[in-house]
Amino acid sequence: MLGTQLTALHDGALPGVDEAVDLIAGFDDALVNGFARLGEERTAALVALAGAVGGTPLGPAAAEAAEKIGAGSISEEHLTTLAGARTALFGAVHDALLDRLDSALGRTRAAWEGAQPQSTDPLAGACRSWLAELAITGWRGVDHDLASAADQAIQNLLAEPRLRRLAMLLDGLAAELRASSPIGAMARLPARRWADLWARASLLTKTGSLEATERVSGRLLPLGVDIHEHGTAAQIQIHAILEPQGRLVRTSVAAAKVDTISGPFVWQLLSSYPVLLGALAKRLSLEITDMPLLPGGDLLWQEGKASSGPSSDPFAAARVQLSGASAPAVPPLERHPVRIAEPVFIEGYRSDGHTLQLDGASLAFDLDRLPTSGPLTPQLLKASTACIGLMRWDGGQWRLQPLAVQANVKKELLAVHNGDWAQGPTDQKVLKSYAKAGDPVAVLKERAGRLLRK
Amino acid sequence: MNAERPACEQLSGARVLSPVQPRKLAKVPFVEMAEGRLQGVVSSGSDIERVYVSSIIAGTHGYNCSTNNNRPCGGLRGAPCKHLWSLVEEAVLQYGLERVARYLRLEGDSAASLMHNLSGGPESIPAAVVFSRFLRHLAYLELPDTSEPIAELHWFPSLGAVS
Ligand SMILES: [Zn+2]
Repeated sequence: MLGTQLTALHDGALPGVDEAVDLIAGFDDALVNGFARLGEERTAALVALAGAVGGTPLGPAAAEAAEKIGAGSISEEHLTTLAGARTALFGAVHDALLDRLDSALGRTRAAWEGAQPQSTDPLAGACRSWLAELAITGWRGVDHDLASAADQAIQNLLAEPRLRRLAMLLDGLAAELRASSPIGAMARLPARRWADLWARASLLTKTGSLEATERVSGRLLPLGVDIHEHGTAAQIQIHAILEPQGRLVRTSVAAAKVDTISGPFVWQLLSSYPVLLGALAKRLSLEITDMPLLPGGDLLWQEGKASSGPSSDPFAAARVQLSGASAPAVPPLERHPVRIAEPVFIEGYRSDGHTLQLDGASLAFDLDRLPTSGPLTPQLLKASTACIGLMRWDGGQWRLQPLAVQANVKKELLAVHNGDWAQGPTDQKVLKSYAKAGDPVAVLKERAGRLLRK
Repeated sequence: MNAERPACEQLSGARVLSPVQPRKLAKVPFVEMAEGRLQGVVSSGSDIERVYVSSIIAGTHGYNCSTNNNRPCGGLRGAPCKHLWSLVEEAVLQYGLERVARYLRLEGDSAASLMHNLSGGPESIPAAVVFSRFLRHLAYLELPDTSEPIAELHWFPSLGAVS
């Protein structure tokens, strides 16, 4: 990414985005107080949200839902419809942002050609009634009992692999609500976030998994790894260029866990993927054969269809191949700003550890997305001069989530990657504290083996 | 561009929970603040097959300790046993003193002083409920992993250093 591209990214407001975000904020405020006690102003906010999708196929249903809910007649169907309207608005915001980013970068993106299957799973339906209860009560009214009311339903979801997305989402939301209860006593509520999670879950209760649309072969050049984690889930998502096609792809593996397993220990949960983790730790390319690819650009990773390839320096790949690589389409349901995670490469900047400066343009680092499972630190960002990262947008701002940096440490140019510890920490200090903490994965698996099968 | 950090109300990625601090799990594999209690499971020092279920009620500070088969703990003679001490010590490591003290509504500047200020007495608390929550906790590690992309986890960045 060049200074001129960074300037182009920030050049002028995006038409309609502020207005859409205001409408969403009105909906989120109604959800804070609960749909059972809307009052005139908040009813108007729901009507306005419905009005904004008036020209779409969702329009008539959304208008009816807003009217009925305003009149105190609240059904799950109406709530899901409004969740859909909020999602559609954020979808438009997402499209405007991604368009701007793509044109600033000169990146070409494939058109969506997949299909989004529907689902009517009764296990998911059980969670929909909890989501409705939350909306009727409002976040401010949530107490420990309501926050925990779906625990059993979520356990049932977790047991069903094809419902894993909804299960991990709801488990994360429920944990936040439990820990925050009674929420009425909280000074500040994460209104946007919880409304996002609520709306996303509402729609996921009705949608099925995407199906692979093609099988691909070739050489993967990893760019970096993004790490996601909450108390009971961890996911690593590798961004890579597939050669010789020159396509940007992602591949992920996710595992369930418990809160006492975190930081560098999450890699151990994924030890059944030695080829993938080995490529990260040793900076290797990967040869893949007939790997299923989802229409959104996600490879469904199968160790049996992959093998380690020759060394591949992510910085070389990013420097040479990234700017010409083509990007995948975004699945309709995933069109939300939080899902924007576009790989970019920036070099020759000056950094104070918080913000980088390049040719008069500036970009903040996303320090909230700097995991403890890897060696990147704010100090390294400060000493860095080149970065492979993901462009993120939240709260009205673009930020750069670092996946790897080149930094001057003691007069030496070091390359440091998020995935460096994929097969165990390489830093002596971390190794020592790692050893001191014992091995939580092994301890808990031993306990599970002994106690669960009685 | 405004350089100010946006308010937490407007952030999709707002951080709600602090990461739990790493601790050794061998002695106390499970601690939680739930159902109005600080409760957990403490491994027996002598028998690898046995665990103790220890709990302290928030507010009233009644406490109990028994084996997972509901046999009363021999160490519980009018005063908290060593398992309850371990429970509080590990809870303070995992969640921090302030959070534990606030939840229990107890004063103290260390795990030991929390224990000294524990004013309640032995009270009947069903071990089976806590134990089954521990088993459910362990069952997470038995769930199969997946290579289906969980797009929803973009809302949950790995909990790193607080900026
Ligand atoms: Zn005891």
